Amino acid sequence: MKDDTIIEVKNLKTFFYTNQRCNKAINGVSFKIQKGKTLCIVGESGCGKSVTAASIMGLLPRLSRIEEGEINYYSKNHGHLRIDQLEQNGPTMRSIRGGEVAMIFQDPMTALNPVYTVGSQISENLKYHTKLKRDKIKLKTIDLLSNMGIPIPEQRAKEYPHQFSGGMRQRAMIGMAMSCNPQVLIADEPTTALDVTIQAQIFELMDTLKKDHDTAILLITHDMGVVTELADDVAVMYMGNIVESGTIVDVLRSPAHPYTKALLKSIPILGKGKSQELEPIKGSTPDPYDRPKGCQFHPRCEFTTDKCREVPVDEKISDTHSVMCWHYKEVLKNG
Amino acid sequence: MADKNKEVILSLRDIKTYFPIHSGVFKQLSGHVKAVDGINLDIYKGETLGLVGESGCGKTTLGKSILKLVNATDGEIIYKNEEGETELRGLKEKDMVPFRKKLQIIFQDPHSSLNPAFTIFGSLEDPLKKYGVKDRSERRKIIGDLLESVNLRREYMDRYPHEFSGGQRQRIGIARALSIEPEVIICDEAVSALDVSIQAQVLKLLKKLKEDRNLTYVFITHDLSVVEYISDRIAVMYLGKIVELSDSDKLYEKKLHPYTQALLSAIPVADLDRKSKRIILEGDVPSPVNPPAGCSFHPRCPQCQEICRREEPQLMNYGKGDEQHLAACHFVNKIEN
Repeated sequence: MKDDTIIEVKNLKTFFYTNQRCNKAINGVSFKIQKGKTLCIVGESGCGKSVTAASIMGLLPRLSRIEEGEINYYSKNHGHLRIDQLEQNGPTMRSIRGGEVAMIFQDPMTALNPVYTVGSQISENLKYHTKLKRDKIKLKTIDLLSNMGIPIPEQRAKEYPHQFSGGMRQRAMIGMAMSCNPQVLIADEPTTALDVTIQAQIFELMDTLKKDHDTAILLITHDMGVVTELADDVAVMYMGNIVESGTIVDVLRSPAHPYTKALLKSIPILGKGKSQELEPIKGSTPDPYDRPKGCQFHPRCEFTTDKCREVPVDEKISDTHSVMCWHYKEVLKNG
Repeated sequence: MADKNKEVILSLRDIKTYFPIHSGVFKQLSGHVKAVDGINLDIYKGETLGLVGESGCGKTTLGKSILKLVNATDGEIIYKNEEGETELRGLKEKDMVPFRKKLQIIFQDPHSSLNPAFTIFGSLEDPLKKYGVKDRSERRKIIGDLLESVNLRREYMDRYPHEFSGGQRQRIGIARALSIEPEVIICDEAVSALDVSIQAQVLKLLKKLKEDRNLTYVFITHDLSVVEYISDRIAVMYLGKIVELSDSDKLYEKKLHPYTQALLSAIPVADLDRKSKRIILEGDVPSPVNPPAGCSFHPRCPQCQEICRREEPQLMNYGKGDEQHLAACHFVNKIEN
């Protein structure tokens, strides 16, 4: 198992400092990304999923800092690296970022540069990370676009992002991310801005990439449906903690954290019609500057006791399934 | 829900909303964006009609056309109540005023639909003033009651929008739409901007309010799971036209139009037991400036035949007996689910 791990995050804490206040955006997160597997991080807005991705990519904004923890990266070319200790824009980080660890952003319109052609933006990546000659780069760019299912790639490579539709822009971005055959692909809400039929096309594409290149994928999403379709492993985040993690079957079949369970009950499921009962989670997510003590979910939880004012420890239910809750046994029993 | 004796409250007859495109140095008219292209629809009193489709299919424009927030180019919008029938499209803005009271809208983005410079009371009192509640203390009472009916505290009326979370703001938007006791509410992506846990709260609230106040909803959304949960009937739109219309319970079991089939199969469902085969559509939605000839779905349709390129299919009823199940496809009977 150890050999397949590409990225191992241990007890990561990333804090944001604004106006002399501190937002503990990620407060002790640990997970592993494995070769040829998809790990989905799911959670509501503001729970720290995107910050996790930015920490791995070394793309954190200036206001924030990794306070504690490790991000271990087992590179093919560089061996074992500690990403959290690398200089954010130092030579090693720059050679990894975009080459071995690539990222797809949520909004393809703002992630692509509007004043350069799509082709030149893809070849820029190839120029930097490979030793290919200029004509080879051009061929490879066109090849990438056609692999992404973009019609007439020779012409499309010369066009600007505004001439592409939303789905095509996202495919061009995936093309760019895949250009150097990365070991890890981090996708931060890659289809949130897209329509469902286009979303299905993109997922199909990501699935083939995973199979063909054995890429490890970290998919960040807020949509439980997407998780069910794509994930091998799931990590559920709430207010800066991974509250539950395990394989897709573990988490969806026997949710052990009250939040996961409540989340699953609060979404309407297609095909079940009008009669299905939705159970909304009471209250709303707390203010990140004014967090509840102990378990972050306790003010909204139905299993709350006095013990929940202490931070729960990570409990292992099985080899793959772990949960951060004092009362997980009760939750499991009532599931 | 397709009872013949059900009362029709709004009836749309061949609604078309085109936006002109001007181009060139002299801004000459060079074409039209056919956002809504010939929609016939009856909306029954007390029902929730779901309107689904992908972005750019004209669902929002249709919603706004009904309210005359966008002027429809052609067609009739007939509103029926005890006093008789009124055609809304031809009305002058002044004559429209009494009907504005009957038709209200909830907007998608709770962050931009409330004026940040006004308190909640300030935002909510204008419609009441306009429609005859002259006494300030009475307005305060009404607004207080409204806020309580959407599960917010009475005291919140003196706060400003930035003090509220997204879900709370959306509930204020709902309270505003309810303030003058409308009959029809158009919910334009009313829950799309909310997190799932909050979304369920708002959906439940909408369902409850409908029962308490006997409202009629036109629920516009791109999220089919949501629409199926809340609607009685669902209309699926593609490129400005309705391609399928059916009871929401039936639609999932029996989808007649190939677009509906692909759309439903493309939706990721949070249910491990039902990982179905996705139908992957090729390409993108065509431009509504030059919709394809014949059936507008034919360039992406897996079952496309010669006739689809030539002739535009009409919306016809394929329901058995009294049941209403409309679809616009040449091959409805040949397509098996």
